[in-house]
Amino acid sequence: MNVDETDLPGLGRRKDFMTASGRRIGVVEYREGQTELIVSTWDDPDTCQASIPLTADEAAALGNLLGGQRLAMQLSEAHREIPGIVTRQFSIGPGSPFHNQPMGKARIRTRSGASIVAIMREGEVLPSPGPDVVLHAGDLLVAVGTQEGLDTAAGILRNG
Amino acid sequence: MDPLALTLIELGAVVFCLGLLGRLAGRIGMSPIPLYLLGGLFFGAGGIVKLEGMQEFAHLSSEIGVILLLLMLGLEYTAAELVTGLRRSWQAGVLDLVLNFLPGALLAVLLGWGVVGAMVMGGVTYISSSGIAAKVITDLGRIGNRETPVVLSILVFEDLAMAVYLPVLTATLAGVSFVVGLQTVGISLAVVTVVLLVALRHGHHVSKAVHSENSEVFLLNLLGAALLVAGLASALQVSAAVGAFMLGIAISGATAHSATRILEPLRDLFAAIFFVVFGLNTDPSTIPPVLGWALLLAFVTALTKMITGIWAAKRAGIGRAGRFRAGAALIARGEFSIVIAGLAVASGVVPQELAALATAYVLIMAVTGPLAARFVEPVVAMMRRPAKPPAVRTADGV
Repeated sequence: MNVDETDLPGLGRRKDFMTASGRRIGVVEYREGQTELIVSTWDDPDTCQASIPLTADEAAALGNLLGGQRLAMQLSEAHREIPGIVTRQFSIGPGSPFHNQPMGKARIRTRSGASIVAIMREGEVLPSPGPDVVLHAGDLLVAVGTQEGLDTAAGILRNG
Repeated sequence: MDPLALTLIELGAVVFCLGLLGRLAGRIGMSPIPLYLLGGLFFGAGGIVKLEGMQEFAHLSSEIGVILLLLMLGLEYTAAELVTGLRRSWQAGVLDLVLNFLPGALLAVLLGWGVVGAMVMGGVTYISSSGIAAKVITDLGRIGNRETPVVLSILVFEDLAMAVYLPVLTATLAGVSFVVGLQTVGISLAVVTVVLLVALRHGHHVSKAVHSENSEVFLLNLLGAALLVAGLASALQVSAAVGAFMLGIAISGATAHSATRILEPLRDLFAAIFFVVFGLNTDPSTIPPVLGWALLLAFVTALTKMITGIWAAKRAGIGRAGRFRAGAALIARGEFSIVIAGLAVASGVVPQELAALATAYVLIMAVTGPLAARFVEPVVAMMRRPAKPPAVRTADGV
């Protein structure tokens, strides 16, 4: 992947790349520390259609979503052989009962049969998290299990 | 009336009016500079109301306004950005200089204002308003656009050009001989180089000397240093503004960012007073005779900035719409044109009409610049569409 970095004198830095579909996508990092997500219009890669200011948390969450998607795709690919097994992602909101709690407290595998195979946090992957890993708001859990098991796991994460 | 009371009332009324004008400018989304100038014209010599009590204070404040404007111009870009900007975009910068300095200079010669007048008017038409340009780019959501770095690097080049131009201008205005003038140019070039080198290598020392965690101490340090350096520069005949500008360049990194934040309100106040005082000292009755020239100059220099932007953006491989946007973003002239004209008027060696022409010119450019930037996009889009839509054919081909 070829990411272009351009100085914006007096403002900050722009990092972007061209997607296969011909649109430019990237971020502007301001000197003062803010981040903006930029997307070009469909007909002119020079023009920005949207510049969306993101807080640090939002940028991390977006990074998790995008990274998690890729991880989930890879996992689904790996589990394709086994019928009935699917991959799903759960995000931990600030209101979740397991915010700032060790993951073992949720006892997801015991109660639903689904396994949490990875946690995406601030763009990083924590593979095979143990029960001692403390969950935080913004974390994205990647779970593997049966359709029913995952539904149960979603309920546990939402309601405790 | 007690003179103090009179001064306070006048000052209060003027600053309050400026607040109203600023609010009006914000409401209609334009730069407040033209309104401040108009306000000054309204109050000043030959205007409707005469203000006399606040002259002394206003004069000193406007000097401080110029110092703060230039200090913040220096703070805007880091030394590293200036050097890379110079290396990467000097061709566009030189084209910008030639195309936009000449119209002003030629007109001054045509009007019989001589070399000094040409030097001043060239500067007035050359320098884009980095303040207006940056605001327009931000407001129109164009920071992520591909042509934006091109525009910014031209502004960076102009910034550096000012560092050389201002000392030369000061020397010319002081009426020194050619040899002394050359010396001044040599000295100012050497000073710019030394300051850039110091800022690149030891910028953190300069920053450390003024920096403080306490915002009050920091503000006093900054302001004290700026006035000291400006005063010293002035004593050495280098122009107070240039001294402040160099100090701004030498302060770098995180200190520069917090300095910008902390100085902004102060700059806004004193710069507003500076614009008003410039308007005050211009007799409004001198404007109508030069209005035709101002319009012509505005038209020509809008075109030359457009050409500069289009050429620079084309070189950077940017498409048609982006090229026009780059050109239009550069059109606005503002604070620094008035700073240049103000230096000239203060020296007393240029005719009164020059102030009138500069005022009228900046009034036009500060208003049309942002408008051009806003409307260039739909205009280009319209030009791209074929004049006649292709005839619609019915399904069965009849």
